[in-house]
Amino acid sequence: MALYSEKVMDHFRNPRNVGVIENADGVGEVGNAKCGDIMKIYLKIDDDTISDVKFETFGCGSAIASSSMATELIKGKPVSEALKLTNQAVTEALDGLPAHKLHCSVLAEEAIKAAMKDYYDRHGIAYDESQFPAEHDCESCEV
Amino acid sequence: MRIYADNAATTKMSRTAIDAMLPYLETVYGNPSSLHTVGQEAKEALEDARTRIAALLGAAPREIYFTSGGSEADNQAIRSAAILGKRKGKTHIISTAFEHHAVLHTLKKLEKEGFTVTYLDVHENGLVTPEQVEAAITPETCLVTIMYANNEIGTIQPIRAIGAVCRKAGVLFHTDAVQAVGHIPVNVAEDNIDMLSLSAHKFHGPKGIGVLYAKRGIILSSLIEGGAQERNKRAGTENIPAIMGMAAAMEEAVRSLPETMPRVTALRDRLIAGLNEIPHGALNGDAKNRLPGNVNFCFEGIEGESLLLLLDDRGVCASSGSACTSGSLDPSHVLLAIGRPHEVAHGSLRLTLDASATEAEVDAIIAAVQEVVEYLRNMSPVWRELMNGERKFVID
Repeated sequence: MALYSEKVMDHFRNPRNVGVIENADGVGEVGNAKCGDIMKIYLKIDDDTISDVKFETFGCGSAIASSSMATELIKGKPVSEALKLTNQAVTEALDGLPAHKLHCSVLAEEAIKAAMKDYYDRHGIAYDESQFPAEHDCESCEV
Repeated sequence: MRIYADNAATTKMSRTAIDAMLPYLETVYGNPSSLHTVGQEAKEALEDARTRIAALLGAAPREIYFTSGGSEADNQAIRSAAILGKRKGKTHIISTAFEHHAVLHTLKKLEKEGFTVTYLDVHENGLVTPEQVEAAITPETCLVTIMYANNEIGTIQPIRAIGAVCRKAGVLFHTDAVQAVGHIPVNVAEDNIDMLSLSAHKFHGPKGIGVLYAKRGIILSSLIEGGAQERNKRAGTENIPAIMGMAAAMEEAVRSLPETMPRVTALRDRLIAGLNEIPHGALNGDAKNRLPGNVNFCFEGIEGESLLLLLDDRGVCASSGSACTSGSLDPSHVLLAIGRPHEVAHGSLRLTLDASATEAEVDAIIAAVQEVVEYLRNMSPVWRELMNGERKFVID
């Protein structure tokens, strides 16, 4: 059996929404180069809707695929709906990830949320802090 | 097109090795411990293989013990030396920071059992010196175990000089020569080696078979209890087909070294030169004292697993010391041992050629790596930060 599902390989080989948005409304970056993965999400938001989203990722195949899938899942969605994105949703949309790669989907969720929070902060929009749990500690690699 | 450039992981069996095995699967299938003719034919073959392998190593046949492979040989060599040492009250072992896990994990267990281990620094070039070994030896030292050639970065240690230091001090010297045998000349007598591990599948022989060489007078301890095979040191019916395949593969590999070594070395250097064209990439390990077929690079700003997957899509089979490829969480201990920071070690690529490699294949590998590295860098936030000065390059 292959390491990754066809969906993962498709999003890895042909990642959607790669790139940068100049003058983005929100930017989020999570991860650590020492751990081997960093994800950066750029959001363009118009009328409370995610009109465009781009990502840059340094990481393994599943990190790139998770970023790609996460951007697809929120693109064109109202901000309120995008905020409900979970790592499980990313994993399911990819037809699953190997157990030791699940953290890639967690990073994707965190990157999206970090970008949303940045959007709220930049635009002085009040929000409920509990929507943005602190970025999980990278206990997997103690460096 | 498929280019297999992962020969340090395993090799394709040679036709010679396969042909040498077949009679022992089909006709001479006896158990060497049986008294009847079928068994005794197998016994003769077994001893013939032992004699041939001993000759290739510069050893005596009685010094050759067949094992299931390099890992078992490493385990048994180190365990045996530790038991011998402990009897004399000697519980200090010297090794290096970048040994194979078969050695490192055995040493970690011995540390829990009260042994102390000195792990010598392998420097940026991936080499230890005999002077380091000499300085580390104490009256309590019972074993020095240092690999002949590193499995990831291919650096070849000054084994003969290290062996001489150990002889002078009266300390047992073991070397894990799994990557060396069949790739460079290895001779236990000339190289002052007391114990040596090798594995057949690294030189186009079958998997699951290897050798522990132990110099006459060294009393081995069994890891596997049972029958009296291998002079009571390794129980279990001998894997005759694999042993015959190993002997044939080893003869072929060792005898062709005068022809293959310079040719593969030239291909290696062509590959290194091509990859050196990629900016902010660097060869890992000494450029000269390295295995003929080994190329290992780090490329900044990218991660190794995605590099491997995209190379595989382009028909190139390679490996990486990235944490993501191993299922473990840290990048290669070898790359960390030569001083590569974590973020750089994640972007490593190992390409290992065999004698069947061609210039056209090497050029295709170079083109594929250049293309994939550039592609991945273009989507890497780390690369962006490196390029706009927010992050400092480690590799110029």
